[in-house]
Amino acid sequence: MSMKISENLTFECETGNYHTFCPISCVSWLYQKIEDSSFLVVGTKTCGYFLQNALGVMIFAEPRYAMAELEEGDISAQLNDYEELKRLCIRIGKDRDPSVIIWIGTCTTEIIKMDLEGMAPKLECEMGIPIVVARANGLDYAFTQGEDTVLAAMVHRCLGQESSVREQNGIIRNSFSFSSPEKEEELVEDENHPPLVLFGSLPSDVVSQPNPELKRQSVKVSGWLPAQKYTDLPSLVDGVYVCGVNPFLSRTATTLVRRDKCELIVAPFPIGPDGTRAWIEKICPVFGIETEGLEEREERIWEGLKDYPDLIRGKSAFFMGDNILEVSLARFLIRCGMIVDEIGIPYIDKRYQAAELALLRDTCIRMCVPIPRIVEKPDNYNQIRRMRELQPDLAITGMAHANPLEARGIGTKWSVEFTSAQIHGFANARDVLELVTRPLRRNDNLEDLGRTAPVRRDNKL
Amino acid sequence: MKLAHWMYAGPAHIGTLRVASSSKNVHAIMHAPLGDDYFNVMRSMLERERDFTPATASTVDRHVLARGSQEKVVDNVLRKDKEERPDLIILTPTCTSSILQEDLQNFADRASIISDSNVIFADVDHYRVNELQAADRTLEQVVRYYLDRSHRQETLDQSVTDAPSANLIGIFTLGFHNQHDCRELRRLLRDLDIEMNQVIPEGGSVEDLKNLPKAWLNLIPYREVGLMTAMYFEKEFGMPYISTIPMGAVDMAECIRQIQRYVNTLAHISSSKEVDYEPYIDGQTRFVSQAAWFSRSIDCQNLTGKETVVFGDATHAASITKIPAREMGIRVSYTGTYCENDAEWFKEQIQGFCDEILITDDHIKVGDMIARAEPSALFGTQMERHIGKRLDIPRGVISSPVHIQNFSLGYRPFLGYEGTNQIADPVYNTFALGMEDHLLDIFGGHDTKEIMTKSSSTDIGPIWNSESRLELSKIPRFARSKVERNTEQFARQKGIVNITVEVMYAAKEVLNA
Repeated sequence: MSMKISENLTFECETGNYHTFCPISCVSWLYQKIEDSSFLVVGTKTCGYFLQNALGVMIFAEPRYAMAELEEGDISAQLNDYEELKRLCIRIGKDRDPSVIIWIGTCTTEIIKMDLEGMAPKLECEMGIPIVVARANGLDYAFTQGEDTVLAAMVHRCLGQESSVREQNGIIRNSFSFSSPEKEEELVEDENHPPLVLFGSLPSDVVSQPNPELKRQSVKVSGWLPAQKYTDLPSLVDGVYVCGVNPFLSRTATTLVRRDKCELIVAPFPIGPDGTRAWIEKICPVFGIETEGLEEREERIWEGLKDYPDLIRGKSAFFMGDNILEVSLARFLIRCGMIVDEIGIPYIDKRYQAAELALLRDTCIRMCVPIPRIVEKPDNYNQIRRMRELQPDLAITGMAHANPLEARGIGTKWSVEFTSAQIHGFANARDVLELVTRPLRRNDNLEDLGRTAPVRRDNKL
Repeated sequence: MKLAHWMYAGPAHIGTLRVASSSKNVHAIMHAPLGDDYFNVMRSMLERERDFTPATASTVDRHVLARGSQEKVVDNVLRKDKEERPDLIILTPTCTSSILQEDLQNFADRASIISDSNVIFADVDHYRVNELQAADRTLEQVVRYYLDRSHRQETLDQSVTDAPSANLIGIFTLGFHNQHDCRELRRLLRDLDIEMNQVIPEGGSVEDLKNLPKAWLNLIPYREVGLMTAMYFEKEFGMPYISTIPMGAVDMAECIRQIQRYVNTLAHISSSKEVDYEPYIDGQTRFVSQAAWFSRSIDCQNLTGKETVVFGDATHAASITKIPAREMGIRVSYTGTYCENDAEWFKEQIQGFCDEILITDDHIKVGDMIARAEPSALFGTQMERHIGKRLDIPRGVISSPVHIQNFSLGYRPFLGYEGTNQIADPVYNTFALGMEDHLLDIFGGHDTKEIMTKSSSTDIGPIWNSESRLELSKIPRFARSKVERNTEQFARQKGIVNITVEVMYAAKEVLNA
């Protein structure tokens, strides 16, 4: 498959001088997702400052995350790492009683070679709270890849030994609950096909949407990585099928395949009605299930969306690239009738994204538009020069460039919103278009407001 | 290691970047990993900047860890030199480069030989200074660099202007109400017939820095940034500076009197005529500033003896302590600052104006202090605003760190005579709102929600099953009632009696519930 793709798609690589969020930002959505977790970011004031400003009001809600702020004594090894971390973790354990503490390694811990992976099991034994280590640092990763590192680290906790612990817990819990017969029933249902586990953190109300979607096709989802609670992590054994819901989870996918011998279903991602349908269509045949009524369902969704594509048909978009959702979003927008000039993307795993890339190519052919150039590790300065030539109708970009671009007459959409909005599944296709068309609708509203010339008309960048 | 959820002052490189991006045609290059350019987001969002922020990163990645930056930093400097033609490039270290201990000074020296721009290495240590101290240091470093250069080139003109003139030092980007304060101080100097020689770093060109010594005196409106530069000028050129913060009617008068003293001293030498600002102070205090009259009014009388707590940076916390205590008769039970490096000055300033002093950068200690004091109103940073919200204490924001709502579009100086009005309003409003709330509580409170819902539920709606009820509860609170309404409406249209999760999604697809 990858051979075919490279025939038609072109990949370029630039300097990597681009703006993106630090991967430690994954804390902001993961702590909400995993309800019984506590995150400890082991880093400096710089990390703390970023989180504090990027998370805005969430800071004040006393969230279940904290900084272990490294001081000069820690850097020069005058203080003992292990003792210091122990002190802080004991305090967190006392204050919050989490089911798991997740250490987020940063650039600083990399540079001073703090052995977090070595210390975690020792402290875990001593404290009796699981400690998961994820190295989500800016040296190696961009933005959403932070989640990838955390989930990849969690994969190891879904293994046999862990699950036996959970089974014990389960027995204790079940003896007090009356819902156990129901549980058995569910297990029986599983027998129809091998277990399927989906991975990728989605807001809790979005998680429950793919489930009925697959249930319609009589596919049962046996678990999610991550689950709502750390204690409910799915058990992964040989032969479990896994499928990703987000395009930035290549490390997690690799870990699942290599360590746990899971079968990875490579599918496009369920973003947009086209993506959702293609996603289901890749999953069903694996279990020998023929999809039912999917085409009509997709049609109905498009029918419900039809006022939006009218707004964007023929308009051009430029993805500067910062969150790895770019290929999936571009594919969806092209299907809606947009022309995409460039897909900037921090990193692209051509194997993990193979099906998505193939769908992008097919969509371009189907819609009779040129295949956009895909630029890995883009250079923002060069991109802005290219935008000056192309004059796109919409730039999907980070906040660092949004206001300056708007001031130069280019409509922008803040890319981070796509990571926090609900964009997965049939029902949320509308939300994506709502975001994408917002700047265009706003500009329509302000069209006659030329009097004070708030933006430059000559479009000089 | 320190367990931290929140910090008042940012890391050192933010201070350097703030100074760099305030000046005209100066570019900062950070030696930093991917994602450390968050400063650009803050400037673009908070200041609503129309131009690209002149700060980029020379990225530190795995290769740099393994082999060192080698040519990378120099190449990036030269590239920026070609692309943007800046007057000055400031190579900015971050926490990462502090540990890597690469010889950035050497990179800067090498780059400066080849490039057309001047290149300097910001001399700040991440682990020793915070954002504000770094800004102070960087500003002094840039000024010193340009004055030394013109001294060497013998282009330094040390003669002062004929008419009295002043420099305004310390106005810069992302500063709390700095833009408005700058306008207000310009107006003040115009009223006093003093020329504004230069404002630095905001909007200033580095090539003009050599003209700074032409001014008669330096005005340092904020304690945190500019003092080092002022001291340098005093030592090198004998230029006097005024560091009395022109905030509040009393300190305004004090500041203007100091200006008068220095102007008159120099007037003898330059044979200008002597000035007398007393009538100006009197007129402004009585007729332009409403604050003095406000203190006499019945409104303010009602505030007598009420208690408040103040926390913020040294400048604002000290002044906002003195204003209520000295000018409005409000009792300040606690005052504190997170500028630990300036604790001595702070204590001296507020001596006698408050009951107790707290010097800390730990927001939990501040929260505890507020909970203990139970003030009627609270003035602090965004953090104190949220503490106030939690404890149900009326609150006002008087100092950084702040959010976008504190970068107001309207004219809101804190300094000068208009500033006295702008401070009196929020102080009074904060207390008055607290009073209103209190009265409402006494007289049975606000409209109760039950009455509203009872009257509007006219018919029996579709029934939610437990699964869909649970699903509904997962929807964020602000959107929940809308989803509930739309789903029920959808169910009614379709004649569905029992709402299941499937019905919810069907409704969402149709109605965008």
